[in-house]
Amino acid sequence: MTDVMQAPVAPSSRRRWVETLALLARNPMAVASTLVLAALVLVALLGDRITPYNPLAQSIPDRLQAPSAEHWFGTDELGRDVFSRVLDGASVSLQVGFVAVGISLFAGTLIGLVAGYYGRWLDDGLMRFMDVLFAFPAILLAIVVVAVLGPGITNAMIAIGIVYTPIFARIARASVLSVREEVYVRAARSSGARDLRIMARHVLPNIAAPLIVQTSLSLAFAILSEAALSFLGLGVQPPDPSWGRMLSEGRSFIEQAWWMALFPGLAIFVVVLAFNVLGDALRDVLDPKQRSAIAGAATGRVRDERGLERDQ
Amino acid sequence: MTRYVVRRLAQSAAVLVGVSILVFAVIHLVPGDPIRVALGTRFTQETYDALLERSGLDQPLVTQYFTWLASALQGDLGVSFRTGQTVTSMILERLPATISLAVAAIVVALLIAVPLGTISALRPRSVVDGFATVVSQAGISIPDFWMGIMFILIFAGTLGWLPTGGYVPLTDDPLEWARRLIMPAVTIGVVSGSIMTRFVRSSVLEAMGQEHVQAARAKGMRARDVLSWHVLRNALIPLVTVGGIQLAYLLSGVVVIEIVFRWPGLGQLALQAVQQRDYPVLQGAVLLFAVIFLVVNLFVDLLYARLDPRIAYR
Repeated sequence: MTDVMQAPVAPSSRRRWVETLALLARNPMAVASTLVLAALVLVALLGDRITPYNPLAQSIPDRLQAPSAEHWFGTDELGRDVFSRVLDGASVSLQVGFVAVGISLFAGTLIGLVAGYYGRWLDDGLMRFMDVLFAFPAILLAIVVVAVLGPGITNAMIAIGIVYTPIFARIARASVLSVREEVYVRAARSSGARDLRIMARHVLPNIAAPLIVQTSLSLAFAILSEAALSFLGLGVQPPDPSWGRMLSEGRSFIEQAWWMALFPGLAIFVVVLAFNVLGDALRDVLDPKQRSAIAGAATGRVRDERGLERDQ
Repeated sequence: MTRYVVRRLAQSAAVLVGVSILVFAVIHLVPGDPIRVALGTRFTQETYDALLERSGLDQPLVTQYFTWLASALQGDLGVSFRTGQTVTSMILERLPATISLAVAAIVVALLIAVPLGTISALRPRSVVDGFATVVSQAGISIPDFWMGIMFILIFAGTLGWLPTGGYVPLTDDPLEWARRLIMPAVTIGVVSGSIMTRFVRSSVLEAMGQEHVQAARAKGMRARDVLSWHVLRNALIPLVTVGGIQLAYLLSGVVVIEIVFRWPGLGQLALQAVQQRDYPVLQGAVLLFAVIFLVVNLFVDLLYARLDPRIAYR
């Protein structure tokens, strides 16, 4: 019985994913960003085992030293080694990025799936709520959420997670609408499969591609947002190193010690660039049609290509 | 067309109601007593009672919402917990700085995006195209506040050409106004311009593939005329949308850049309100941002439907 029900399974299969990875491996930019990100994950996992100095250890006699063989990125106003702090900051950035985007991916996909699958008033209600969240500029919404919950790393993750949820909901919903009437979904439905099973087995695998692309792009923007929140003093609290926080401290010493602001900013730039390049490469491979539509939504600064997606 | 306009208006109104409820809820979602939080540790019972009464927080929730909404619709956004000034006057004070910066930034963005996007679309896969792709990818990925700090380091610190920040009203001293506007406007413009470059490129590419462009070429029209008559006219329509939405963002979403350049705009006001737990100011500023955003979006959609009538019939 179950064998019969599985017969009209969606066109996606393991082979397709292998092919996708093979295609991706042919793009040198994608390979380079993957390597950068892998190195970053390694640094984050190893933490202070690989930092040349203790990132929190103060040494006032060594304060504000320019980059040298001993201190590659110089030292800050408390004599802490900037290189060690930049390495240590990687884990904060990645952690916030992954947790925040995990929240948006889960909540957004669930909302979009339910809205698109059931349609009618549930669709209207959920998507209008997403529109409300989307009516706020991203960084401002994050600031408001942090204002309500209080500053700190956990609340920053929640705030950023909320901010990027509507994008995932819209993408998931639009994709569900396009597969909902496919033969294999109708076949599953007429063979008596329950909604939950249809959504999990037949719909979700077929809407995964645009969501994966969006995940990579959102990681880039989540990391930027965390840096911005920490820069404003609303994210990671001292003395923990976070790139955004280090930048804001570096700003106060910009005239005496340019290295304090230069290196954490470069670190943010490299990571965000890597996620963006990887996201673009993934899109070229997985989802060429969506290209321009997602490019807009992904930035969090442009609504969608023509602002008309919700009118369909 | 009329149906489309009505539908868009109804949608925006619905979202606006949702936005107002959410903004109103902010002050009630704060854990603890917002007045106690706002006043800090040292205050007398009289101050507390006075603020409580003035803020209306002692009323039932539904009454509070409608009172707040009714005043907001009349332009009364309440009174600051900190300064005692009306929120509306605090916002109006900062509006010129915000508008100056947003408009200047969008001009910089267009100056980058239109030429770069067009050139790279005319020569796809060329060196110029590759350069444009790298520049726009970098521009999207760069933390704008870091770029701002580096600009300050180079142009204000090392070279000493420009002031490090601050704002001078246009009416006081136009030259100084412009000098102080350059760095923040370029910082924001580079990021916005990078986003827009991609749109210009893809829409010029799309327009070039259309039949009327091919036909114009085939009949021997000069390349320059084809570009200006047939390609750009069509390709730049989507730019209205993207540019409009960017402008909406710039009017509200540049908090961090305002902090970096000590620019006394609305973003800075909102951040100060958060730091000082001045909830009426925060609510007022956020409501205004969302309204600006919605209105600009609505306007852009309607303008777009007018420029490209196919949209309304979809």
